Amino acid sequence: MSLLATHALTAFYGDFQALYGVDIDLEPGETVAIIGANGAGKSTLLRALVGLLSAEPDAVTFDGRPIGGLAAAQVMRLGIAMVPEGRRMFPSLTVEENLRIGGDHRKGDGRWNLATVYELFPALRERRRQPGAVLSGGQQQMAAIGRALMSNPRLLLCDEISLGLAPIVINDIYAALPNIRQGGVGIVIVEQDIARALSVSSRVYCLQEGRVTLRGRPSELTREAIQEAYFGH
Amino acid sequence: MIVALDTILQGVLLGGLYALFAAGLSLIFGVMRLVNLAHGDVIVVAAFALLTLTQRLGLGLAPALLLTAPGMFVLGYALQYLLLNRVIGKDILPPLLITFGLSIFAQNGLLELFSADSRRLPANGLENASLALAPGLAIGIVPLMTLAAAIAVIVALNQLFYRTAMGRAFRAVSDDPTTAQLMGIDPKRLFAIAMGIAFAVAAIAALFLGIRSNFDPSIGPARLIFAFEAVIIGGLGSLWGTLAGGVLLGLAQTIGAEINPEWQILAGHVAFLFVLLARPRGLFPRAVD
Repeated sequence: MSLLATHALTAFYGDFQALYGVDIDLEPGETVAIIGANGAGKSTLLRALVGLLSAEPDAVTFDGRPIGGLAAAQVMRLGIAMVPEGRRMFPSLTVEENLRIGGDHRKGDGRWNLATVYELFPALRERRRQPGAVLSGGQQQMAAIGRALMSNPRLLLCDEISLGLAPIVINDIYAALPNIRQGGVGIVIVEQDIARALSVSSRVYCLQEGRVTLRGRPSELTREAIQEAYFGH
Repeated sequence: MIVALDTILQGVLLGGLYALFAAGLSLIFGVMRLVNLAHGDVIVVAAFALLTLTQRLGLGLAPALLLTAPGMFVLGYALQYLLLNRVIGKDILPPLLITFGLSIFAQNGLLELFSADSRRLPANGLENASLALAPGLAIGIVPLMTLAAAIAVIVALNQLFYRTAMGRAFRAVSDDPTTAQLMGIDPKRLFAIAMGIAFAVAAIAALFLGIRSNFDPSIGPARLIFAFEAVIIGGLGSLWGTLAGGVLLGLAQTIGAEINPEWQILAGHVAFLFVLLARPRGLFPRAVD
């Protein structure tokens, strides 16, 4: 059974419809990439998955259970953690508190705790007493991923984790993904950097104007097909 | 010399009472950016609850407080969860109007129930007891207890804020409610808990208010002004700042009264204005706003 599936998922910002019947699914331990241009609906999809946007109950299922329309806090407690776009460190919390808060309201079974997160991202340990907002962009991204891992989620949603970071820092962050996947965690990566997305995922969905325009394994997709799905005609 | 020392001591002790008035206000603003215009009336409601328990049921002040504080917590929780959570959001005006209405509601409700008579909590002579420190220099037991209670409340709230998971959640929600939800935090429940705590602290403030001075249903707004000034002087959202603000206000009033008894209230307001001129964000503003 799929860990996560959407069924004709629609989403609105007021009167503006941002998603028009999106179907995606993901097996446990699988990494799926969502690509698409700016405004294609990638972040909207993630927001609908975690309950920040309302959805029909059956439009999103997690482990076969309908979760569409649940409050974001409830969705998180079921085991879906999100690394939000822009990192969103809590500025009044220290780095360590930022990590701790990720696991305060759900301590799922798994290996992630403060020690293992510091092992994954050693730079954070040195700065753990400092405010979360003073870290460099790359370190904030590491802290945001670590914070999401602290709840030992079964599904990790990563929104634009390479945005605004130097390539060498992006390499460090992407190098951590296989390690995270080892525990059987499903990962959804939303990414504008197509090559990066294809390199880490087993399947790709391309969104355009709120619809899935392409799906498949990275090895089976041609450059032209992706370009077409990405930009349209 | 003794007079000056006495003035300063009394001022600091009076500041304890203002800090107690202000602690709940500061907590609420710090967590949810809500200004509760009914906070002074909440204190008066708690004072009448204490009065009822002591006079009608014959309880002592301590047992009465042990009943009133949890009762006020429940009242605050319910008020936030059922009413204020519906209007809280980006626009600060609707919750302001609601609490303004609640203030009128509380004053008139109390007037209906208890009449406009001036009341006082029975303290069995404790209100007149004092400690003689030197000839001509004595401090009242109740003012001393008030300051001790204020410090205890501020220390306890700080421990809660900076040492517990709930405190982390309070600060996170204050920073960024949307991201806090992604951490499994339900902001509405947390706001209700914060309001409950503020109401319970108001019960402690009410105890000392009721022992030290007369109260009637209409005095809430005047207490609110002092609480407000203490919070602003100290810096919005800083609990220690609130204590410092209360003490500064108390000092200014006592020194003003020493010069001319008519100047007591005015001197407090003038000190408040001077702090605003010199430090518009207060003495200890939080780094993050």
